[in-house]
Amino acid sequence: MKKIYARPKYLKPVSMHYCPGCGHSIVTKLIAEIIEEMSVADITICVPPAGCAVLTYNYLDVDTTESAHGRAIAVATGIKRVLPDRLVFTYQGDGDLAAIGTAETVHAANRGERITTVFMNNAVYGMTGGQMAPTTILGQKTTTSPFGRDLVREGAPLKISEMLAVLPSTVYIERTAVNSVAGIKATKKAIKKAFKVQQDDLGFSLVEVLSPCPTNWKMTPLASCRWIDEVMAKEYPLGVIKDTTRQTHKKEAADAD
Amino acid sequence: MFNYTIFGRAVKGKIVIAVEMCKGCLYCVEACPKHLITEATRLNTKGYYPAEFNPSEDNECTACTLCAISCPEAAIEVYRDEKQK
Repeated sequence: MKKIYARPKYLKPVSMHYCPGCGHSIVTKLIAEIIEEMSVADITICVPPAGCAVLTYNYLDVDTTESAHGRAIAVATGIKRVLPDRLVFTYQGDGDLAAIGTAETVHAANRGERITTVFMNNAVYGMTGGQMAPTTILGQKTTTSPFGRDLVREGAPLKISEMLAVLPSTVYIERTAVNSVAGIKATKKAIKKAFKVQQDDLGFSLVEVLSPCPTNWKMTPLASCRWIDEVMAKEYPLGVIKDTTRQTHKKEAADAD
Repeated sequence: MFNYTIFGRAVKGKIVIAVEMCKGCLYCVEACPKHLITEATRLNTKGYYPAEFNPSEDNECTACTLCAISCPEAAIEVYRDEKQK
């Protein structure tokens, strides 16, 4: 019999430390598949964050450099400016990108750095035990908001993708979810497109992935997938938020004429 | 035993689950359109109930790879056999 699906080549043959049903492991696998399909393993540099994904260098068989908490995008900026021919991407969670790293993220996007960011949004701080994150849904119970997030006390969830979409130098921003097979396929397509945007030197690209966190949501993996559909996707609508790749191509063509 | 045809070709499939990699999230059980995957009744060495592949004569795997795509641990390998009818 012919093997038609196997473990991706650039995913090391080790068991991941993620909890059962975690979205991080799905997206790590997708990135390994994309790197294999685009044959960019020797020019890819991954910058993982602090958080659950901190051990990404144990799983992806590409060059990786660790960064300080929230500063993955600043480290990636430096790498990309020194090595402009490399494919540089950051892989960050919501506690990393949307809380401590907000300033770096907003300014890197505003400068239009030619990097790609994979933003894993699971609405809690996963690694430290499920505390409230800036992206926590209103009314969601976490260990630091035991009565649910309150609009007056803690404010509304921070929508990073919509925030960055208003900046003129961001090129491609999409929000997907990995709670179903269709969602996983859409996420793979989105990350692949974001990598292509970077390879075409168009500008900043970001893919926000709504990811289940069964352990900290205190649900079974399948229940947490349903929760994304029922609650989280209503707060964070899925789809392409900004895509100016065509306009950018047109402008370049016009400039060339 | 070729029970299914895809684009005129008879297809039969098989999956192999790496039991020690499986963490029992059951995403593959949800994904399988033929309901051929179930939760095992015995534990693996990590203490999870892994997924188990149970094909039968009248309900065969078509190698659609949905289980493998949904597997977070990349613990499922899919094999396909094709025959021109």
